[in-house]
Amino acid sequence: MRKLVTSVLAGIGLTLACGTSVYAQEKSLTIFWAEWDPANYLQELGNEYEKQTGVKITVETTPWADFQTKAFTEFNAKGSAYDLVVGDSQWLGAASEGGHYVDLTDFVKENKVLDKMAPATVKFYSEYPGNSGKYWSIPAEGDAVGWAYRKDWFEDPKEMEAFKAKYGYDLAVPKTFKEMTDIAEFFNRPDQNRYGIAIYTQNQYDGLAMGFENALFSYGGELGDFGTYKVDGIINSDKAVAAAENYRKLFGFTPPGWTNAFFVENNQAITEGLAAMSMNYFAFFPSLINEASNPNAKNTGFFANPAGPGGEQFAALGGQGISVVSYSNNKEEAMKFLKWFIQDDTQKKWAALGGYTCNKAVLESAEFQNATPYNKAFYDTMFKVKDFWAVPEYAELLQQLNQRVYPYIVNGDGTAKEMLDALAKDWDATFKKYGRGQ
Amino acid sequence: MATTMITPLNTSSRAASRGLSDISIRNLFIIPTIVFLIVFNIFPLIYSLGYSFTDFRASTNAPANFVGLKNYRELLSDPYIWNNFAVTAKYVIVSVVGQVVVGFGTAMLLNRTIPLKGLITTLLLLPMMLSMAVVGLFWKLLYDPSWGVINYVLDLGKFQWLGDPKMALYAVAFTDIWMWSPFVMLLSLAGLSAVPKHLYEAAAIDRAGPFYTFFRITLPLVAPILMIAVIFRTMEAFKTFDLAYVLSTQPSTEVISIRLYKMAFQEWQTGRSCALAYIVLIMVLAITNIYVKYLNKVKER
Repeated sequence: MRKLVTSVLAGIGLTLACGTSVYAQEKSLTIFWAEWDPANYLQELGNEYEKQTGVKITVETTPWADFQTKAFTEFNAKGSAYDLVVGDSQWLGAASEGGHYVDLTDFVKENKVLDKMAPATVKFYSEYPGNSGKYWSIPAEGDAVGWAYRKDWFEDPKEMEAFKAKYGYDLAVPKTFKEMTDIAEFFNRPDQNRYGIAIYTQNQYDGLAMGFENALFSYGGELGDFGTYKVDGIINSDKAVAAAENYRKLFGFTPPGWTNAFFVENNQAITEGLAAMSMNYFAFFPSLINEASNPNAKNTGFFANPAGPGGEQFAALGGQGISVVSYSNNKEEAMKFLKWFIQDDTQKKWAALGGYTCNKAVLESAEFQNATPYNKAFYDTMFKVKDFWAVPEYAELLQQLNQRVYPYIVNGDGTAKEMLDALAKDWDATFKKYGRGQ
Repeated sequence: MATTMITPLNTSSRAASRGLSDISIRNLFIIPTIVFLIVFNIFPLIYSLGYSFTDFRASTNAPANFVGLKNYRELLSDPYIWNNFAVTAKYVIVSVVGQVVVGFGTAMLLNRTIPLKGLITTLLLLPMMLSMAVVGLFWKLLYDPSWGVINYVLDLGKFQWLGDPKMALYAVAFTDIWMWSPFVMLLSLAGLSAVPKHLYEAAAIDRAGPFYTFFRITLPLVAPILMIAVIFRTMEAFKTFDLAYVLSTQPSTEVISIRLYKMAFQEWQTGRSCALAYIVLIMVLAITNIYVKYLNKVKER
């Protein structure tokens, strides 16, 4: 019996010894991201890095639905499982104040990241608090909300004629929200099982918020003052009210039951031929030009979020920056990887693989803009993006927005003014609770 | 009594040769279970009670501050939380009553000699063997106004089962009834087959009508086992999460566990969500206690 125990222990010891020595020889980095195509592209880029340096890169993924939960569970436990994380822009506050991310301010300055990347992307993916000059990540996957549309419906001569007769101008890709609303109304034909438009309405996380922001920002509205945390008079301004009313109007032209829609449903609206236009993140557009996943691939076009009545044109930001985890045992190696990642050549490769680069030079190149039908719209969008609050309590603010905005947009409860006034009060109370803007 | 419960150790067995007594064997089996329970259930339960009086957030390194009853006070005065409770109560009542009616009814139909009875019973049990999330996903497709089968079969046009704020909760409850009626049926069937046949014969001789027989013989005798089914289903319905979360996002279907999940794992308000979890726990305990009291009374009869 004792012999058995000794031999088993010896065996375990030997395995551990071998294991650690192998581990020490082979350098490796683990990057955590959500489970989607860009993560596979990043793995391919990582394989390239391994060829050049011998450092093995593993991209670990988890479904979107529990990406946030899993990442923060690991952070909260101060776990070293991940060396780098490609995290959502809203996490910046929670992750930096919580001490989960390594401060990259010096890195950003030394490597001139600000000159290399599109300014809006550094501002929203990397900087926290707003305008503080402190950086916590490097823009990795640029993303924003854009629009897909049915080219064949738009270019049908009969439709064009009928549209011109009804609205007095030519049917074309909408340049303003007004035009987009007209077109949505025009194509909304429930008897033919065709609908005007597909928008985000899901209130479980940030779906509805992203959709509403598209209208809000282009209408010249703002969520609030990111410096002073003042919200009253901003989120419930006349511009914001008009934006909410327009979004509610657009909801009237969505397919039936469009009350729980996010990226999956909105791509379905195009693949199933349900809607003339559909809002979605650029990251989900590759599957719309693939004939295997979209029977209407040849007839699908793309455009940037249109302007509001004042001529302002913005879009809601998606996408992620890549950050170094404070609890990693390979921080130095991780920094080396980041240095390699931001080089123009690497960014070019990243874009060619299918990643959405934030690199200014690559974005501006004709090669990139003509590579896919949506790259031009992506380029147009990435220089005019705005984002949600990035404070640590952003999820509470999001929940309050969902509670107020959803019943108005989807069920038509109350008025836009009432609901935004109530939201301003909720947000104000939340900011007071956390001692912000006092 | 206790000694006869434990089978005496065979003196020639390996256990006996190693000198393990009955008590050691009992401990070997029971202690790990108790340790597991304490470490993963009892300890977190008590620990989270402490957290419920603080403003602790698991997502930051900031220390937790003691805030007294603030979390409870704010939660109980939040109209959204009250709405979540109202939704949950409505959901529990609709779904449990539905399951008992359908389940018990099916059991009555099956409690006779019919051909292929075994096969039919097995097929009827299939829904409850599926995963909740999977059931949710495919009922979402069935309910879909654009390509769902339900509207097509019932010729309802574009009726929005899950999109309509008034209908959504019933649609979710209906799915739950579909899934869990077989469970009630199974327990009822066991209860029904245990009713002595001679009681029915006596009733027939006395020319008792079918209603009289049902309410005076069948129901009272099946009641205890039916109550157990109701307790199980009430507790389960109270903590429903996956079905409602997958099926609909209407505020009228946001049951308390969804709110709790968002508060704990999206907003990371750990302290406050512990308080909410405790409020829910106390409610479930209270309801279960009423049932158990009633069950004991029924058994005494």
